[in-house]
Amino acid sequence: MKYALLIYAAEKDFAEKSHEEQGRIFNQYMTYTVELKKSGKMLSCEPLDPTSTATTIRVRNGKTVSSDGPFADTKEQLGGIYVVDVKDLNEAISWASKIPDARTGSIEIRPLMNVPEM
Amino acid sequence: MNQAADAVDRIFRAESRPVLATLIRLLGDFDLAEDALQDAFTAALETWPKEGVPTSPGAWLTTAARRKAIDRLRHLRIVEATRSQLTLSLRLAQEVYGSQPELEVSPVSDDQLRLIFTCCHPALSREAQVALTLRTLGGLSTAEIARAFLISDATVAQRIARAKQKIARARIPYEIPDHESLAPRLDAVLNVVYLVFNEGYMATSHEHLVRGDLVADALRLARGLVTLLPGEPEAIGLLALMLLHDSRREARVSDEGNLVLLGNQDRNKWNRLQIEEGVRLIERALQMGRPGPYQIQGAIAAVHAEASTPADTDWPQIAILYEQLLRYERTPVIELNRAVAFSFAAGPVEGLSLLEGIEQAGALEQYAPFHIARADMLCRLGRHEEALECHRRALPLAPNDQVRRFIEQRLHQRPVTIASETSFVNNEKGI
Repeated sequence: MKYALLIYAAEKDFAEKSHEEQGRIFNQYMTYTVELKKSGKMLSCEPLDPTSTATTIRVRNGKTVSSDGPFADTKEQLGGIYVVDVKDLNEAISWASKIPDARTGSIEIRPLMNVPEM
Repeated sequence: MNQAADAVDRIFRAESRPVLATLIRLLGDFDLAEDALQDAFTAALETWPKEGVPTSPGAWLTTAARRKAIDRLRHLRIVEATRSQLTLSLRLAQEVYGSQPELEVSPVSDDQLRLIFTCCHPALSREAQVALTLRTLGGLSTAEIARAFLISDATVAQRIARAKQKIARARIPYEIPDHESLAPRLDAVLNVVYLVFNEGYMATSHEHLVRGDLVADALRLARGLVTLLPGEPEAIGLLALMLLHDSRREARVSDEGNLVLLGNQDRNKWNRLQIEEGVRLIERALQMGRPGPYQIQGAIAAVHAEASTPADTDWPQIAILYEQLLRYERTPVIELNRAVAFSFAAGPVEGLSLLEGIEQAGALEQYAPFHIARADMLCRLGRHEEALECHRRALPLAPNDQVRRFIEQRLHQRPVTIASETSFVNNEKGI
């Protein structure tokens, strides 16, 4: 069963941290990712650039309208995605709770829709 | 229904819950399991009166239901069937009609435990946990759940359908949590059971103070849990707590339908057998040496139950127990209860000074029992005008008619000492 683990955390908090502290968090992510990879359960790991680099587009009446910034202004932003293949929700919860940002931000666990022939 | 059908119905009711739990494991699908069980019941109505009730009705129903499930899956039109239904159909057909002769399947008690933990999984909302638990483990119909919680049938049906869908799509497992996560997961289960009990016992939103059905359902669920998890003292503690609260049912409401506080209750109306069972259970739980909030609340209820008159109540013991309870849950309502216990153990002046501390925190301003408790302490000190003022503040905050009438009586009566712990404060979990 495949799940996306969506990491939501306050970008601002991270940006305001010292270089040293940022490095420490980066290392925690490295350790976690290596552990996840070794378990054979990781399908992909996609850290995202901050929302300041985001472009949001909508197609209305055939016209593409783009705007600067993320889809919604929220306190916490989507910062990265892991896709895992595990037994069930309990195992997904167990891996999600080890993500460094789970302690300060939130991890949304979403099953991947099972669409045949995709 | 004729007599034979009545008998079948009775046996079915007694046997169906464990059978359903095992069917859900075998079929991996809540709806299919319920439909198949219903089919098996229909088959039992036809067969049993003619051929006699089988020696193991549970095994008969499980085996028949599994076969009915296969029939149902076969009748699904291939185009409409989902891939998982087709896989299941194949697997079941192989199991039942494969090279091995068909074995009788019996309900497994662990399946009920699995079902409880699935229904109370933290990934489901509390409302969904309650509805699903009452439906699948309590055997209540959607309409019965709706009536009990004063919500529409459609709301209940939707909650249950959504919960089942989430269980299937997010793959919430059907398993007993491992040792590491058992405690927090069990806590969620106990919470659901206690919520069902409180809804029945307090009935805040309802005319009647006690709704017996939900109380009985909660007790039944807790008994089941204690049987399945005999080594878990908090499960035993919760059962004891509920038995002890419920033992006062007859004494809690006067003939006129008014609330009667603990100190004024006719203790002859207390259910002695239930008290004895509750006390025995609490002792058994505490001997396991792993205390917890339900055991402590149960112990408090036991101290009350063992006092033959209000004056005999061991208030210092109760004050100590509340002190311990605060270590697990620091809530203003528990602090209020501790203050009331202290006012009897040490005196109203000490009680009032604890209340002042709670008032400064400001959390109980809108909580009627807080003002009622203060009024009682003031009365005992002869400060009747101040007590009246407290009752006036409590009146618009009354959560139900009984409490409102209680306060009105105090307002119209001349000074009387209530000399009791306010029993509706006692349900600190609230709703």
